[in-house]
Amino acid sequence: MMLERLFGDLTTAGRATLGAFLAILLALPFVASSYVNTVAIICLYLAFLGQAWNLMFGFAGLLSVGHALFVGLGAYTSAYLFVRHQVPPVIGILASVALAGTAAALIGSLAFRFAIGGVYFALLTIAFAEFTRILVDHAKFLGGTEGLFLPVGATSRQGIDLIHIRGWPAMYYYLILALCLGALLLCRLLLASRMGFYWRAIRDNPDAAAAAGVPIFRYRMYAVMISAALAGIAGVFYAFYYNNLFPEQVFGIERSVEVTLAPIVGGVGTAFGPILGAFVLTPLGESLSALVRWLQAQGIIAKQVRVDGVKQLFFGLAVMGIVLAQPRGLWPWICRRLRLFRPPSGQI
Amino acid sequence: MNLETVANALASGLLTGLVYGLSALGLSVIFGVIRIVNFAHGEMMVVGMFIALVLFRRLGFDPLLSVPVVAAVMFAFGYALQHVIIRRVAHLPDYMQFLLLAALGLILASGSLVIFGPDAQGVQVAYATDSVALGMLVVDKPRLYAAAVALVVATVLLVFFKYSATGRAIRACADNYLGAKIVGLNVDRLYALTFGVGAACLGAAGCIILLLVDVHPYLGPAYTLLGFVIVIIGGLGSLYGALLGGMLIGVSEALAAVVIQPSLKTAVSFGLLILVLLLRPQGLLGRAVQ
Repeated sequence: MMLERLFGDLTTAGRATLGAFLAILLALPFVASSYVNTVAIICLYLAFLGQAWNLMFGFAGLLSVGHALFVGLGAYTSAYLFVRHQVPPVIGILASVALAGTAAALIGSLAFRFAIGGVYFALLTIAFAEFTRILVDHAKFLGGTEGLFLPVGATSRQGIDLIHIRGWPAMYYYLILALCLGALLLCRLLLASRMGFYWRAIRDNPDAAAAAGVPIFRYRMYAVMISAALAGIAGVFYAFYYNNLFPEQVFGIERSVEVTLAPIVGGVGTAFGPILGAFVLTPLGESLSALVRWLQAQGIIAKQVRVDGVKQLFFGLAVMGIVLAQPRGLWPWICRRLRLFRPPSGQI
Repeated sequence: MNLETVANALASGLLTGLVYGLSALGLSVIFGVIRIVNFAHGEMMVVGMFIALVLFRRLGFDPLLSVPVVAAVMFAFGYALQHVIIRRVAHLPDYMQFLLLAALGLILASGSLVIFGPDAQGVQVAYATDSVALGMLVVDKPRLYAAAVALVVATVLLVFFKYSATGRAIRACADNYLGAKIVGLNVDRLYALTFGVGAACLGAAGCIILLLVDVHPYLGPAYTLLGFVIVIIGGLGSLYGALLGGMLIGVSEALAAVVIQPSLKTAVSFGLLILVLLLRPQGLLGRAVQ
């Protein structure tokens, strides 16, 4: 019944496509190489984070270019509690979510009380993220610029220990897959709820929404706090998957821009767009890197050409191409083409 | 810490601030007229720095003498960018234009990384370590020359906007888009010119700042952020505000480096930005937007 309510507007083709995609994802660790698995984890991580960002921007119209702040707060909080006080991440994540949500509430309440909108709001989020990056740079108890490292033992990559988020690589894969599916369900649920309608009303015309009696301030606060909480969870995953945290790498503006890529390419404001975007961009970027390395080995491209530079160049061109050719993103376009949804469904 | 240290920090901050102000002028001109926030600001400036670097390495041009050349190249780039690409997204919501320019920034940065590699590179001019003594102030020659050239370029720009027919036409577009169209101004061409002038400004600022800072491909975002901080403090769209904001940030950075510690100077700038956004979002010299 619940699933019927959430996915009732899918056509048979839509159900078949999504079902097949899910089946492939579930089977992946059993059939694919460890390299493919690693790439898939990155895809799912960016998809999850993209959904968090999209919830705030795509649903409620609040553009954040500082989402690395919430990811970083989540990552550093759990990592700090684990490294210095031996608090397992299963408890630490509560603190992470609380801190990320509080930071979002602080930024949101300042911005909305002082009526900072549009591009200025985006700049405010950047300013807070950068400010925090510099503070963490100077925080000795968080390792400062030297970084914060999580202990990795001989048995860390074996078994399944969800309490400490330690185990086989496949465990990380299923963990982030579960988070991603959870976020998808949450997004569909929110879009179909009163809150989702309020958000879209605020996004499309805040004045009209306010005149119609929508409590704008409160619902905007919900959007930033839910989005930041999800980003905080992503941060905990990041910390315990990579096991090292550097302020520059975690809070840098490049990270905040990276978060936005998947939802933009996939389709801003759609629940499935960020997932599609991540699964299009990341593998394409990886293939391109492999191609450049191969061409370098063949002597066709000079050795000193930076592979990461070529990959970033491709991402830049991809976003520019999407904005110029298909500004609503790939997912709405595919949905129309393949008739995945019954018209006149607005919630895709 | 004594009076002399503080006075010297003030002076050097003020001079660096003039160069910052010039680069921020580029951002402000584009926003003030076309109402587009140039998120590729820093990267465009870095491209200017790299062109000046190549001119210095290959032809031995002093970066300050390269200013007209680089400004001309960047003008052509900006003109073409507005005319060919940005014009097409003018009907899209603000954030799409923002994303397009962020993507352009990514393209320019990664392009420079592919061409020039990741290492920091600088120019070594003959007067690099010279300084001038004025009373208790000791000022580096490169900084002094950089500020002087920045001031000249900024003055040329302000005179252009205030007195020339084209400058006045551009201001007319900024004040009243529809009115400008009705009286028969070619708004598309004026917009392209404006973006070109903004980009030329960045090219000039890039050449000048190469005297003070080594260039590398990852420098862009820092300058973009610095530009935003300056124009928001000064008032987005206000030309004098950009110069004032530049000097304010130059001085506050220099003082923070002496009084607190050098690595925290950007935190002070961002703190200032947050305060201004909250208390006076239109900036010190900006006009309130309805």
